[in-house]
Amino acid sequence: MSTRWFGQPIPRVEDERLLRGAGAYLDDLGHDALAAAFVRSPHAHARITDVDVSAALDVEGLVAIYTYDDLPDRLAEPLPLLIPHPTLTHGRTPYALARDKVHHVGAPVAMVVAEDRYLAEDAAERIAVRYEPLPAVVGIAAARAAAHLVHEDVPGNLAARMTQSTGDVDAALAAAPHVLSLDLAIERSASTPLEGRGVLARWDAEARRMRIWSSTQTSTGVRAAVAAKLDLPLVDVDVITPDVGGGFGVKIMHPWPEEVLVPWAARLLARPVKFVEDRREHFVASAHERGQLHSVRVGFDDDGRLLGLDVRFWHDHGAFIPYGLIVPIITSTQLLGPYKPGAYRVTFDSLYTNTVIVTPYRGAGRPQGVFVMERVMDAIARELGLDRTTVRERNFIEPHEMPYDHGLVFQDGRPLIYDSGDFPASLAKLKQLVGWDDFEQARETARAEGRRIGIGLACYVEGTGVGPYEGGHVVIETSGKVKVATGLTSQGQGHQTVFAQIVADELGVPLDDVEVVTGDTRRFGYAVGTFASRAAVMSGSAIALAARAAKEKALRVAGDALEANPDDLEIVDGVVRVVGAPGAEISLGTVAVLSNPLRYAFDTAAQAATQFASGDPAKPPVPEDDEPGLEGRDYFSPMQSTFANGMHAVVVETDPDTAEVKILRYCVVHDCGTLINPRIVEGQIHGGVAQGVAGALYERMAYDDAGQLQNASFMDFLMPYASEVPSSVEIDHLETPSPMNPLGIKGAGEAGVIPGAAAIASAIEDAEGIVLTSMPISPSELWELRRSKETG
Amino acid sequence: MTKINLTVDGVTYSDDVEPRTLLVYYLREQLGKVGTVIGCDTSNCGACTVELDGRSVKSCTVLAVQADGGTVTTIEGLDQEGRLDPVQQAFHDNHALQCGFCTPGMIMAARDLLKNNPTPTEDEIREGIEGNLCRCTGYQNIVRAVQAAAGTTTGASA
Repeated sequence: MSTRWFGQPIPRVEDERLLRGAGAYLDDLGHDALAAAFVRSPHAHARITDVDVSAALDVEGLVAIYTYDDLPDRLAEPLPLLIPHPTLTHGRTPYALARDKVHHVGAPVAMVVAEDRYLAEDAAERIAVRYEPLPAVVGIAAARAAAHLVHEDVPGNLAARMTQSTGDVDAALAAAPHVLSLDLAIERSASTPLEGRGVLARWDAEARRMRIWSSTQTSTGVRAAVAAKLDLPLVDVDVITPDVGGGFGVKIMHPWPEEVLVPWAARLLARPVKFVEDRREHFVASAHERGQLHSVRVGFDDDGRLLGLDVRFWHDHGAFIPYGLIVPIITSTQLLGPYKPGAYRVTFDSLYTNTVIVTPYRGAGRPQGVFVMERVMDAIARELGLDRTTVRERNFIEPHEMPYDHGLVFQDGRPLIYDSGDFPASLAKLKQLVGWDDFEQARETARAEGRRIGIGLACYVEGTGVGPYEGGHVVIETSGKVKVATGLTSQGQGHQTVFAQIVADELGVPLDDVEVVTGDTRRFGYAVGTFASRAAVMSGSAIALAARAAKEKALRVAGDALEANPDDLEIVDGVVRVVGAPGAEISLGTVAVLSNPLRYAFDTAAQAATQFASGDPAKPPVPEDDEPGLEGRDYFSPMQSTFANGMHAVVVETDPDTAEVKILRYCVVHDCGTLINPRIVEGQIHGGVAQGVAGALYERMAYDDAGQLQNASFMDFLMPYASEVPSSVEIDHLETPSPMNPLGIKGAGEAGVIPGAAAIASAIEDAEGIVLTSMPISPSELWELRRSKETG
Repeated sequence: MTKINLTVDGVTYSDDVEPRTLLVYYLREQLGKVGTVIGCDTSNCGACTVELDGRSVKSCTVLAVQADGGTVTTIEGLDQEGRLDPVQQAFHDNHALQCGFCTPGMIMAARDLLKNNPTPTEDEIREGIEGNLCRCTGYQNIVRAVQAAAGTTTGASA
């Protein structure tokens, strides 16, 4: 038997080109393209009274300027509301270019196309837009107060109010021996990939085809949106995802205004056009996430067991809500983590503010929910004088209770049913890994040295691999090489490597013979996208099924050629052979030749498939219910998500003078089912943890009352460098295979970030003896908390 | 337009540039050396790091005219007759890249660090690459890769 690749921590096949600077990111393409730049609103809320382009017209190299009034037909309509929901009664989406009003700083007002970006910006800065400023609604408090409205026709700035419940919460709280109330807050942050958004479009006037490259997490989504907006047949639009310099959620949002405007301009001008976002634009014209306020009441018994949990929260979704209610729905359901809440009721308001839109960022509503639930757990432990792990253990869903139905509806419209997981085992592993039970000694030792240390933990459950579906296509070429395609996209996850591992095992071919393409609608037209930790689960499963279909056919064709029963055949290193009959074999490449009856030979090998060389004269060359070629195509569409889980423990040291927080240890126990490539999974965890630390200690969106983002650059937005993250993330895996898919896998992409703020808050609290109710926390905020504690 | 003469990745160029043209735009747009990428415009992310006259610089904060008469090495100039250079190889071996966008700049910064300090401690590595942002890896494997490359270049164990 040849090597089994599944489960091996092999290095990535993607690396070679990227290490040499030979990757092809969006801006590396389209050297011949015109450049687009945008005039963006400097106001958070204003009426546009005039747009005067006259001063820009004599800029050398200017090709075109477009404003709202130039937009035809469906391009002049608001951009789509991607995910409607019955409770989203007041969904508003922006126009591709502002019409009459701007609703946040950075909103696009005019598009300039010129020979290069320098010239496009020269022209853009000469366009004079006259604004009549309107009061800005900034922050959840202002949105709730609704003294001013973001949209005149949306009362109370309220897009949606949604309630889910199970059991009688009011009765449970009334009867509970202990009831606590907590008010909690999480600030905004953002995905902030190193590469911003970008789009390049070429209109082929002769073929009447549109070809688009976009730095997106969904090429099929962009394709459908552009085809609809430009009134083009879907089959005449190709969308190709080049190498993408990170996504983390922000690039699942689509179509961005630029994604429809650039193809439109390319067709109008009959020249390729490219837009590449700069960093400031990414801060003010893409998307943020996280910002929520929660008000919680929890009832529990003397042992710390939850009896009732009543959660009311407010979600700031920015100026528009194109991505629907996904983030707050995830918060409201995944808040429950590995626990049984007793009776549960959650109500959220999704509110408009005059700020950048909020769409999923890695974790997608879970970091907020986990922060809330884990604060509750710590509060119960404090109230009852119990160890924090004890309270958690007592509330865990036990393995024998799986599958566990929470009685709620998840973000995919499906019931929230955990398929598997062993939470007590995970916690036992975590306690062992971090040395939870021995920590008091370490604390005393540190204290004797004048140092303050603390330990914290947080647990989460993550619904991964949401539907509706993904597909895979596997074709074995006559060279014996295997070409694989799936429609979802890659932003650095290593899909080319892990999908090749799956196919090499399923088919029995060398890994080097497998080549994987993602996110190219020319190769695979049906797909959803890369988000919700779904790529390995969805496309991995679909590709495995497609490979099995190809293998089944290969064995059938080879069985005919070898006059053997397919059940007696195996494929090893790309050769089909009869088990136990040395020499009775045929290469997969030859099988591919034979699978396609030919009239015309294109090379010597192909002669074997021509009409006088092969075939049973008693049957049609291609039997009924069969098709030529050695291919498999299949789709994977599970009934529901599969639920991964994990627990993080962190040890911090807080500086007695400066209140600086240093992470001494960061431990992760992670269960994402079976691992395809542990090296890649660990890399995902490392990166996620860094983003969790960032959201706990550094990153926030500093809007002032006028809606100006004060830190819209990497100078002021404190994205961690190597000097700010834990020096080592210690990882232990638990592998509880998912029963929901053929490979037993669960998603791993988002996990690392989810419990970061909760675990770090728990540890700081433990070090300081101060109750934390909001994250992130800066040294100066911690210092203020200390001072207010001292002054009582 | 101003005439500049410089050597980039071993090839001599003589070009007219606008005085305001940044070195990174000159490399990318005029020379087609798109391996060096732009991540922030404010010299914070380091994605555009190249070597200019033996020192690493952020090419988004250097004007092309400032490189006149100079020698520039980009990520595309590290090729050793088809083989990766030791830092590139160490990044591969240690899974020190994911999306790869920061990688060219990170590798150029790491090379500069190792040139000045062939046997850095972990803290020195973290400080040495503190001008380069990575959003994917959490830096842990990048630090390991630089440690491994240091072992390779000095013969010491990592």
